[in-house]
Amino acid sequence: MGIIKTGKLMFDYIRRDEEDKVIAVNRALDDINLDIKEGDFVAILGHNGSGKSTLAKHLNAILTPTEGTVWVDGHKTNDEKSVWDIRKTTGMVFQNPDNQIIGNVVEEDVAFGPENLGVPTNKIIKRVEESLKMVSMEKYRHHSPNKLSGGQKQRVAIAGIMAMRPKCIVLDEPTAMLDPDGRQEVISTALRLNKEENITIILITHYMDEIVNADKVIVMDKGKVVMTGTPREIFNRPGELEKYRIILPQVSRLAIELSKSLEGFSLPVLTVEELTMKVMEYKNANNTRSY
Amino acid sequence: MIRDITIGQYYPVNSVLHKLDPRIKIIATMMFVVELFVFDSFLGYVLMAAGLGAVILASHVPLRHILKGLRPVLFLLIFTILLNTIHATGDNVLVEWGFVRITVEGLINAAFLAIRLIMLIIGSSLLTFTTTPSELTDGIEKLGTPLKVFKVPVHEMAMMMSIALRFIPILVEETDKIMKAQQARGANFDTGSIVQKAKSLVPLLVPLFVSAFRRANDLAMAMEARCYRGGKGRTKMKPLRFGGKDYLTMVGLAMYLAMLIVVV
Repeated sequence: MGIIKTGKLMFDYIRRDEEDKVIAVNRALDDINLDIKEGDFVAILGHNGSGKSTLAKHLNAILTPTEGTVWVDGHKTNDEKSVWDIRKTTGMVFQNPDNQIIGNVVEEDVAFGPENLGVPTNKIIKRVEESLKMVSMEKYRHHSPNKLSGGQKQRVAIAGIMAMRPKCIVLDEPTAMLDPDGRQEVISTALRLNKEENITIILITHYMDEIVNADKVIVMDKGKVVMTGTPREIFNRPGELEKYRIILPQVSRLAIELSKSLEGFSLPVLTVEELTMKVMEYKNANNTRSY
Repeated sequence: MIRDITIGQYYPVNSVLHKLDPRIKIIATMMFVVELFVFDSFLGYVLMAAGLGAVILASHVPLRHILKGLRPVLFLLIFTILLNTIHATGDNVLVEWGFVRITVEGLINAAFLAIRLIMLIIGSSLLTFTTTPSELTDGIEKLGTPLKVFKVPVHEMAMMMSIALRFIPILVEETDKIMKAQQARGANFDTGSIVQKAKSLVPLLVPLFVSAFRRANDLAMAMEARCYRGGKGRTKMKPLRFGGKDYLTMVGLAMYLAMLIVVV
């Protein structure tokens, strides 16, 4: 069993009127079965309202299943006694960078998690230093979070989680409110933590270009898991992706158009570098033929 | 306009006062404020002005910066002085014209009041100049600990205060944004009678409140996700420690108080 496992997970959002009568039941998650290995980088893709954020909140016991079970590092999330163990194991980074920073100074915010866990003072200081270094924000230690850019704020939020020494970080659309530079900063930080610190990363997003380096991709639609596979496999199914309203990156779409007219041009193409390489190869191959 | 309102503007220089424990500074400020109202004689003011001057020197905060802090309350200051001068009791009447009655006692009273108010504002602003907001909330939390016996949620109040301080600039920025958005659609905040002006604030306050609640909801979730469960079992990265200079200050404060009681 992996670090995170869900079995027949169902979740309903129930709307009630003033007299507490149920007026609508909205099934946000429908029979989700996942098994995520420790050290993996898993991306969860989905259009708005696909249930991906609801799923993320289950991994940290913020929401508990209506039916089925979620295991985090062997603990069941609907067991109230293990809630704090679960939240220590999986940290969460949310979408809005402003609404998740608690401290008035960067280092205070990073210390918030370990302070809650009751870590002794001298160890907190060490953890804060290490965590800020991991996200390359050590220079901003004494700054006010209000003066940082969106990407920097998200990196501080990640450092705040890292200071709790989790095994897994769930990033719930961390780049949705950021500019392209900030997006790049956050994604590469997540990737580095995955490679260097062996932290399991679960990245929830609707941008396909952020999932290129994932080990595994899960596509969700209407509360169900509709596709799973490596990024390469997922990119190679453009028709299905379109059905789930997920847009391929420009470079991949360009490659698809190219492949229509160029014989022997292999798909999929995930990045600009890959396309450049393939075009060069194609050019060289055709040049030699013409001689 | 709104940007000018700043609460607890910390002045980052290195001084003895900056390094003192926030608790002692809070107590000293409270003592000073009480003293201002208890010892209202000429000698008392001289002694207190001397004490304040010594503290200002020790704080390394430039006098100009401190006096700048008086500007927002200047209107209030002038208003109270005026009221006290034109509407005073006393026998040595200087001018009497209609309801205006200026007396020598009134003038002295007004001068004392002005000095008292100015010292009050300078004294309390010295606390915020030399203490970071987080130190301040930590100090208040620690000082309030005995109140826990009476079920006063001291930790929660301190946490609320520090979150409020964190969100003031964010909400100010948001107010600015909403104001501009409403102005772009023809809203008018600046002209009309007071009633009209107040009414024009409604379209500003409603979205501001909605967004503040949304932020509160998000923040609560983020705090819970980071294992926040109240003050129990929490440790601190920078716990407050009462050191030698704090005890020394305490002794100094007690001596100062004793002197005031004896002399005045």
